[in-house]
Amino acid sequence: MVLGIFISFVLFIVGLSFYLGRQTKTSSGYYAAGGQIHWFVNGIAFAGDYLSAASFLGICGMIATTGYDGFLYSIGFLAGWVVALFVIAEPLRRMGRFTFADAVDAPFQSRGIQLMAAISTLVVSLCYLIPQMVGAGVLVEPLLGLEHRWGVLMVGSIVIIIVATAGMASTTYVQFLKGGLLIIFSFILVWSVCARGLSTNPPGGDGGTFYQHRTIPCGNSLPLVPSQNGLRVLEETTSKAGRFALVEEVSDQTAKRTWWRVDAGDAGTRLVEGECLVHTAGGNNLINGLPESGTNKLRQVGSIAKLKGETEASTGPLSPVGILAALGHKDTTVRTWKEAKFEAANGDKVTVYHPVETPGARLLRPGLKFKLEGTILERLDFASLMLALFLGTAALPHILIRYYTVPSPASARKSTLVAIGSIGLFYVLTLFMGLGAMTNGVLNPADSNMAAPLLAKSFGLLLFSLISAIAFATVLGTVSGLIVAASGAVAHDLADRFLNLQLPEKSKITLGKAAALVIGAIGIALGILFKGMNVSFLVGLAFAVAASANLPAIVMILFWKRTTAAGVIASIALGMVSALGLILLSPDLYKLYGLDPLKAPVALSNPGIISIPLGFLTLVVVSLLTERGVRHEHNG
Amino acid sequence: MLHDPQVETGKDPAAGYKSRLGMRLFCIYSTFYVLFVVINLAQPTVMETEVVAGLNLAVVYGMALIVSALVLALWYDRACRREEVRLNQNNQVER
Repeated sequence: MVLGIFISFVLFIVGLSFYLGRQTKTSSGYYAAGGQIHWFVNGIAFAGDYLSAASFLGICGMIATTGYDGFLYSIGFLAGWVVALFVIAEPLRRMGRFTFADAVDAPFQSRGIQLMAAISTLVVSLCYLIPQMVGAGVLVEPLLGLEHRWGVLMVGSIVIIIVATAGMASTTYVQFLKGGLLIIFSFILVWSVCARGLSTNPPGGDGGTFYQHRTIPCGNSLPLVPSQNGLRVLEETTSKAGRFALVEEVSDQTAKRTWWRVDAGDAGTRLVEGECLVHTAGGNNLINGLPESGTNKLRQVGSIAKLKGETEASTGPLSPVGILAALGHKDTTVRTWKEAKFEAANGDKVTVYHPVETPGARLLRPGLKFKLEGTILERLDFASLMLALFLGTAALPHILIRYYTVPSPASARKSTLVAIGSIGLFYVLTLFMGLGAMTNGVLNPADSNMAAPLLAKSFGLLLFSLISAIAFATVLGTVSGLIVAASGAVAHDLADRFLNLQLPEKSKITLGKAAALVIGAIGIALGILFKGMNVSFLVGLAFAVAASANLPAIVMILFWKRTTAAGVIASIALGMVSALGLILLSPDLYKLYGLDPLKAPVALSNPGIISIPLGFLTLVVVSLLTERGVRHEHNG
Repeated sequence: MLHDPQVETGKDPAAGYKSRLGMRLFCIYSTFYVLFVVINLAQPTVMETEVVAGLNLAVVYGMALIVSALVLALWYDRACRREEVRLNQNNQVER
């Protein structure tokens, strides 16, 4: 059934693309759907474009693992639309034609701006493509049993077909369908979570049985526990991640060895069972002491330890407010999961996912992921992320081009209004989907990105199939928009305007399709490379690059009469390079390179707080230096 | 499919009004947003304070940021449409 629904959905989308493709005869049709999309359709398509893998997979996963900190992305992503509506939407629609470069170049007719804006569009689109491709791989793994890279390849290929057949028209209707379905089915999922309520004994994931991990009191030195209940401690190790003990368990004439966390707290020392993944020196993978296989996988986790002080309790159906109130109660604690990696004495590489009892009140305020009570740098990192999320939306090229698909500036405003309503509703739902995944025993401890689809699975295969197909369409819709934006940058901004190739209409479309193919291929390669990183985090970085490179130019052209072409060029270049440079030298990327994150030259993970002001400052300084009495007309 | 004919975009007489109103609403929302970030940075534990119906300040403030974006957007659209209609009527009377 899962496969059937999934394949039907994909075939429908590809069929729709071919149908619309037959109607696309001009470059205006290819890049901007002829500027004839109805504002309501465009508004929902905005939602379909914007609610990417980061929103559905990444945010829900982050809320499921770190609580309210994931919801900060929802707040920031939505707040960005306020900038888009109040500052950007109508003037930008009035200024441009097909692309972001058209808009910023309108007052100047500068080849330098055309080139720089096209490069910026390509860079931002590629940065945004990476998390979408990572999300695609994550989805396809449990859904079709394919490896991550095949998932990425599949999405890339389908999207290239969609974009290469009909461009913006098919992309718009794919996004419209996907945006509408995503909101409807997220609503159904949240309704199901509320109807189920909260319980200390959740239904769990596959098969409907939830495994309660054990906690055993023990002494403080080896042997930590006497040989009781068939358990025997063989070895203890202390790493940066904490104290861990190798425990041998004998049952039914089989012995398995797993690593447990040694938890020394006020209530005495305890052995805490977790999920254990060992890569042996011989090259084998052991999961919970037995060889990895189709049936021996990491168990699904995430549950309430105490519900309003009770260790055995169920609430029955709750309202959305009731869910939040019960979880945030001062006597509610939730088992959240942490990862610890270390090397055993025999050279085995060990990863232990272990539960930590976290007060519900602590989960429902910021600070578990972002260290708000940490150093000044750690607090700056949080401020930097919130700034980039707020300013990034209005600078994303694939969002900006959607303003050219509607017939008038008033339609641009109205479609933004529809987008804010639908996107806002979805982001409210993310909090409940994330918390539902956190407490219903459905989380994969090794990968938070699948939280929402796995939550759906706990309600039955039909909902799982539909949610997964929609999640896949989520990736398709956003990737299509990104590739249209990027191919427009190559074929329209670079070839047609910057190089002035004077191509006939048909050749312009062919060039756009060829560009879509190449960009899609690059996106596939990067998606495979960045496997395992949280998609919301990656999108946060793309927002920072967009806000640093594009926003200063857009805002200052609209509101500062002394802006010059040189100022715009310099600010796009410096904003983009500084944001990218800071990201490449950040602790999170050092981790990806396999280096010690503490040795990263830049301490911030989010560059916006430096690179965005730098973009504005550069534009002002260079404009003042190059101003020669010629001022551009304000468009309004 | 739902298509509208593309219109030529000439001079918009309401552009100045819409731009000023947009900036004002942007400033109001930005202040609300910045205050949220500042409270989190300066006094993160304040966010645990119960505000209403068992919900803490973080949840209420976060939801308010999402809902207020929609409320301000609706207000802005209504004001813009009213101004566009008024100026169009004035233009027709002048002709």
